[in-house]
Amino acid sequence: MSLGMEATKVAKTYNGNSVLRDCSYSFRPPGVYILTGPNGCGKSTFLRIAALIEQPDSGTIGFFSDDKRVDADLRLKRKITLVLPKVGVFNTSVFKNVAYGLTIRGIGKQETEEKVKKVLEFVQLSHKTRQNALTLSSGETQRLGIARALVMGPDILFLDEPTASVDQKNSRIIEEILLKMKQESGPTVIMTTHDQSQAKRLADTLLVIRDGVLAAEKGPK
Amino acid sequence: MNSIIESFSRAVSLILNLDKELWGIIFLSVEVSGTALVAATLLGLPAAAFLGFKRFPLRGAVVSILNTFMGLPPVAVGLFLYLLLSRSGPLGFLSLLYTPTAMIIAQTILAFPIVTCLSHSAIVSVDPIIRQASMTLGATQFQVSLSVIREARYGIISAVIAGLGRVMAEVGAILIVGGNILGFTRVMTTTIAMETDKGNFELALALGIILLSISLLINLTLYFVQKRGAAGAAR
Repeated sequence: MSLGMEATKVAKTYNGNSVLRDCSYSFRPPGVYILTGPNGCGKSTFLRIAALIEQPDSGTIGFFSDDKRVDADLRLKRKITLVLPKVGVFNTSVFKNVAYGLTIRGIGKQETEEKVKKVLEFVQLSHKTRQNALTLSSGETQRLGIARALVMGPDILFLDEPTASVDQKNSRIIEEILLKMKQESGPTVIMTTHDQSQAKRLADTLLVIRDGVLAAEKGPK
Repeated sequence: MNSIIESFSRAVSLILNLDKELWGIIFLSVEVSGTALVAATLLGLPAAAFLGFKRFPLRGAVVSILNTFMGLPPVAVGLFLYLLLSRSGPLGFLSLLYTPTAMIIAQTILAFPIVTCLSHSAIVSVDPIIRQASMTLGATQFQVSLSVIREARYGIISAVIAGLGRVMAEVGAILIVGGNILGFTRVMTTTIAMETDKGNFELALALGIILLSISLLINLTLYFVQKRGAAGAAR
């Protein structure tokens, strides 16, 4: 089952400042959707609303599976996940951080170990498994955030500026991870970035938010 | 000076010779304070979590009152409890006055605000991003709360240890509601007060040494717990 998402006339105002005015778009699986736009244009706000972390002032976010509407309940919320720019790691080992999503879903110990091991290899963090996650560098922390989301096998993965605060090396590794995910038919990715060249390298569909309005610039391929 | 040294050496000998009366007093102290701490923790932690996670009118006022109660004068608590539990009091029918249960209640009242306020403070100090991260990973509201509490664990352990420090050193309230009855409600602190009055310094000093050792142990534990938590947060 592949999950699609549709934003309809999403609007959001903060302290009288209209951040999003009219954001409508239909995100069809699979693919990598990249949202760009200048700082403060509302990319992150849109992503948080789309990931059901925040409510819009008006407009709707709907999810579809095989063209049938899916209720926004806990089951759906567990099929989508957002990696925040500040990942928010727990004060425990890298393993336990990555296993968190599986633990709260009641997944067994052996299955959890296998999945965590696999995903840590995928994001090149196997050598840090037993290390306290708070000791990771910012680039490694971002990769941990991606691993923590991927381990649950989401249908839609939201990434909010995953390379904004990392060095070039880690930025390249994160791009490699995203490209590998595309090759392996991973989840639909909806990602924000202010790096135009990165957006062009990764995007199947390039979207831009200008003056609170979401518009397609390129794609789908 | 000589009498102090003499009293001190006799106190050490009392400890080393495993004096029955001395150990009986120590065990009762640990039993009363331990039970009170468990009760205060069982009541205080949910209260701290409720104050930390729920938004309701007068929440700030409740926190302020509890903060004030952290400095409750033990004798005032003892007096209040005495009036409640005395034969003519509203709870006199329970016949709890001058029993270890009354002492446990008194110590629970004293430890509860400390455990609650310090745990609440630890919970609200957790970075809000932890809550958001848990939500994005599909946690239910309850699981989100558990994650925040887990992150606050070092602060909560410190709160419980601080509560233990309070009850172990307490004398005023338990003297009033316990009555300091030998073999029944006599604990370390009340014995020290009484034996000092009588001029029997050996037993008082022996208990003082043990009480100080326990206090040192509590403080060392607190130090290591805080150090571990701070090290994790600083990384």
